[in-house]
Amino acid sequence: MASEVAILGVGMHPWGKWGRKFVEYGVKACRDALQDAGVEWKEIQFVSGGETMRCGYPGYVAGASFAQALGWNGARVASSYSACASGATALNTARMQILAGFCDVALVVGGDTTPKGFLAPQAGDRPDDPDWLRFRLMGATNPTYFALYARRRMEIFGATERDFAKVKVKNSRHGLPNPNARYRKEYSEEEVLASPMVADPLRLLEICATSDGAAALVLSSMEFARKRRSDPVRVAAVSTVTPRFPSSVVELPDFATDSAYSVPVPDNTFRGSVAAAAYQEAGIGPEDLDLAEVYDLSSAMELDWYEDIGICKRGEAEKLLNDGDTAVGGRIPVNPSGGLACFGEAVPAQALAQVCELTWQLRGQAGERQIQGAKVGLTANQGLFGHGSSVILKK
Amino acid sequence: MSEKERVPAVEGWFTMEGEKPHLLGSRCKSCGTYFFPKESFFCKNPDCAGTEFEEAPLSRVGKLWSFTNNCYPAPPPFVAPDPFVPYAIAAVELAEERMVVLGQMVAGTEVSDLRAGMKVELVLEKLYEDDAREYMVWKWKPLAA
Repeated sequence: MASEVAILGVGMHPWGKWGRKFVEYGVKACRDALQDAGVEWKEIQFVSGGETMRCGYPGYVAGASFAQALGWNGARVASSYSACASGATALNTARMQILAGFCDVALVVGGDTTPKGFLAPQAGDRPDDPDWLRFRLMGATNPTYFALYARRRMEIFGATERDFAKVKVKNSRHGLPNPNARYRKEYSEEEVLASPMVADPLRLLEICATSDGAAALVLSSMEFARKRRSDPVRVAAVSTVTPRFPSSVVELPDFATDSAYSVPVPDNTFRGSVAAAAYQEAGIGPEDLDLAEVYDLSSAMELDWYEDIGICKRGEAEKLLNDGDTAVGGRIPVNPSGGLACFGEAVPAQALAQVCELTWQLRGQAGERQIQGAKVGLTANQGLFGHGSSVILKK
Repeated sequence: MSEKERVPAVEGWFTMEGEKPHLLGSRCKSCGTYFFPKESFFCKNPDCAGTEFEEAPLSRVGKLWSFTNNCYPAPPPFVAPDPFVPYAIAAVELAEERMVVLGQMVAGTEVSDLRAGMKVELVLEKLYEDDAREYMVWKWKPLAA
């Protein structure tokens, strides 16, 4: 089992779409997190930023951009990019500084401001870049991949479009009381199924939007925490694993899987291995979870995640959903925050937002979203180009 | 009216000659693993230190692993026809190579025509054109029974 670090404070800027600077959102989240922690900015010894690729150079050096905006204080700094996993990587970087004894208290932050519509490649011809070519040769957008996975569930497990709509309905109920959510509206199955088809079988209301937003954490050693907060939420694991060769699923933005000609496909899928590494590090199993926040890039993908994090067997996710097990009040609530269904995605902040939700839940501060007696939670997410992301929190 | 020159939309990814085109991958000479798109530097099998590859035409018949469609045109660099007509995209399992490869389905294929496990074959179709040329790309077509 890994050593633990404490989460002293969490803060978020609400998700939405205003087109303001990502640093502005991040600073708000940082100030809230510092206040929540009872820690002054000048006490922070390490700033760990999640990068954004959409905001030019300041986004590539996000850690320093946030540090400068808060006011240079001489703290050490690092910036991390791992696509949607950036927040988890930034968290792990700070965690390692603390566990290695180089830092008592750190600030972890990610924020983004994003363009309208499909996430598109940056302008300019790049015929050697597979991520450019998948648009040029196939018109394969991100929803194309989500839809292939969704259709696979229908063909192999008998999932229906109603099942996918139900995930959105559940999450929309969860997000209704969440002050940080962008979309706070309860949908019916009929409304979801009436929304325009984007990439069959996925409809507009089943595919997450892209959003502005920011989230921040104040992380500390257990020793530092003892002087500031009794019984803090603890980070018990962070998984940032890469896949094992050969892959079995065509991953965004690739044209093909690896070939299993000479090496058989591993027993676990990549996403499954991401959660497995976190469980191993924390010394727990899926049966120990009270809640989970998973990456519902599409409604159907949430169902894949139930199986990948091991809260049900492969092929049984629809049953878990339909039995009400994954709603707040059910046996193993998933996405009590409302998930990406209610937030949309702010790439470098999203993994941190998942951690914020878990923290509020474990502290009993989740208000109307509260899961009774929550003590152990898991986040799960996956960044493009092989970045695992899973965090386990305990109280 | 003179016929436009037909060129591949990307060089070296598929054959243009003959009636039965192939995707062109590469194969590690040490461990035999296939790669598509081609790998030419280091074998990506972690147990293999191979650095030599041979060009490998891939199987041109496979089975549908999954499928979807685009109801809206993708952003550039996709060259969207005007008017835009929704088209299907497939993930196809190649048995010999033990890999799944993506590609558009041929024009006119509806999602309702498709089922996982269905056999499809590789063909070439126009991706887009300009004043001088037609740019060709591989697509999958349901195999006639």
